[in-house]
Amino acid sequence: MNFVTAVGRVVLGFFAATGRLSLFTAHAVRHCVQPPIYPRLVARQMMSIGYYSLPVVGLTALFTGMVLALQIHSGSSRFNAEGAVATIVVIGITRELGPVLAGLMVAGRVGAAMAAEIGTMRVTEQIDALTTLSTNPFKYLIAPRLLAGATMLPLLVFVGDIIGVFGGYLIGTTKLGFNSSTYLKNTFDFLQTVDVVSGLVKACAFGFIVSLMGCYHGYNSRGGAQGVGRATTSAVVSASVLILAFDYVITELFFAK
Amino acid sequence: MSESPKISLRDVHKSFGDKVVLDGIDLDIGDGESVVVIGGSGTGKSVMLKCILGLIAPERGSVKVEGVETMGMATSEREKMMRRIGMLFQGSALFDSLTVWENVAFGLIQAQHLPRPQAKEIAVAKLAQVGLGAEVGELNPAALSGGMQKRVALARAIATDPEIIFFDEPTTGLDPIMGDVINDLIIKCVRELGATALSITHDMASARKIADRVAMIHKGHIIWQGHVAEIDETTNAHVHQFVNGLAEGPIQMEVLAP
Repeated sequence: MNFVTAVGRVVLGFFAATGRLSLFTAHAVRHCVQPPIYPRLVARQMMSIGYYSLPVVGLTALFTGMVLALQIHSGSSRFNAEGAVATIVVIGITRELGPVLAGLMVAGRVGAAMAAEIGTMRVTEQIDALTTLSTNPFKYLIAPRLLAGATMLPLLVFVGDIIGVFGGYLIGTTKLGFNSSTYLKNTFDFLQTVDVVSGLVKACAFGFIVSLMGCYHGYNSRGGAQGVGRATTSAVVSASVLILAFDYVITELFFAK
Repeated sequence: MSESPKISLRDVHKSFGDKVVLDGIDLDIGDGESVVVIGGSGTGKSVMLKCILGLIAPERGSVKVEGVETMGMATSEREKMMRRIGMLFQGSALFDSLTVWENVAFGLIQAQHLPRPQAKEIAVAKLAQVGLGAEVGELNPAALSGGMQKRVALARAIATDPEIIFFDEPTTGLDPIMGDVINDLIIKCVRELGATALSITHDMASARKIADRVAMIHKGHIIWQGHVAEIDETTNAHVHQFVNGLAEGPIQMEVLAP
């Protein structure tokens, strides 16, 4: 009986949390499309999410491209397919590793910061102060972050894709003995629009998820510094898990036959 | 109070889980009156204030501001109502991502859509009203002492010339001199605006100074209310114990034995 009670409690808790998150999301999305929109705040968040994340996303993409070239060359040499290195690097980066790794890195950098900032505003009554100053916290705090997340991550991923491919090119031409023009030809000959577009769609979804989780956990944080710490951890963990889950869903939508 | 009250609470109830915090609060505040609600920690003072502001939804009862029922009020209506209200938070609640003048001008820019230069002029004037120079306006709130933050929060609360101002523990955490300075500023600002004020505090010196009328809350009820001069003459044992800060009396602190 105790076991059944415990399972029931967990299941009910899961549905309650899902319901709360769904309502929060619906409320937040409504404020994203309903005027007034605060362009100054959106621009500030775009700088924070896009520009300031560029170094970490760029470095991640560069090393990923380099490692991918080495691994694929090493693996494909077992069946004499070394010539596919450039093609597999570009497809791997644009379709999968670019958006997923950028999403995870931004979740760690931006999602955590959002949860900590909004969580601190919650426990220091700054969010209540917004309400008493006739300002809707969803409009002022949440909507700009969601808009910035969903628009900036595709841009970041696009730049990351280029850097990642360049990483593969660097290793391919300097270490693996590929001719420069052959490597580039193999890169672009087999690359299709859908490879890039699917990656950018993923990036848009991941940017939204990162911002949503940061805002949701920060907005609902309780209990002082410990609560803010818990919100920060929850924001990163939940965003990371959701990114991987939605990665599968979007891949299925684009590429499943 | 011959006219209808500016703020009126009737049978307001609020619980958190099993804990009943407000158990049928009744309170009227007249136009231009300064009412101070006193009571120990955890007696429901802040919850009552947040129920009036709509930050917490009461379970039942009635909360009227200027005769208009605010329970279940639409968000847009509440935002309009909030433009006539100022609030000083216990911890000041200044936005640390903005400078001091942007904090003071926040309501003017966001709610009244004033151009930034005009809002800044008003903010500087309000800062001067609470004894702070224009140079303070360029600082971040984190660079200010607790007393200065409280002054900035007061300037923000009066920036839009509100008709109603709420003060949540305005002197808590301040030294007695700074506490008295804040009390004087509250009296001055409220008089200049002709505003209605509701303050909550457990600082009796502050209550005596800023109140026209005092009400005491205990276990979610208003158990006594009267003119500030009557507070030392009342026979109410709860009020007598609280006002004189006595350990012995009907109010028992929940202290666990060591």
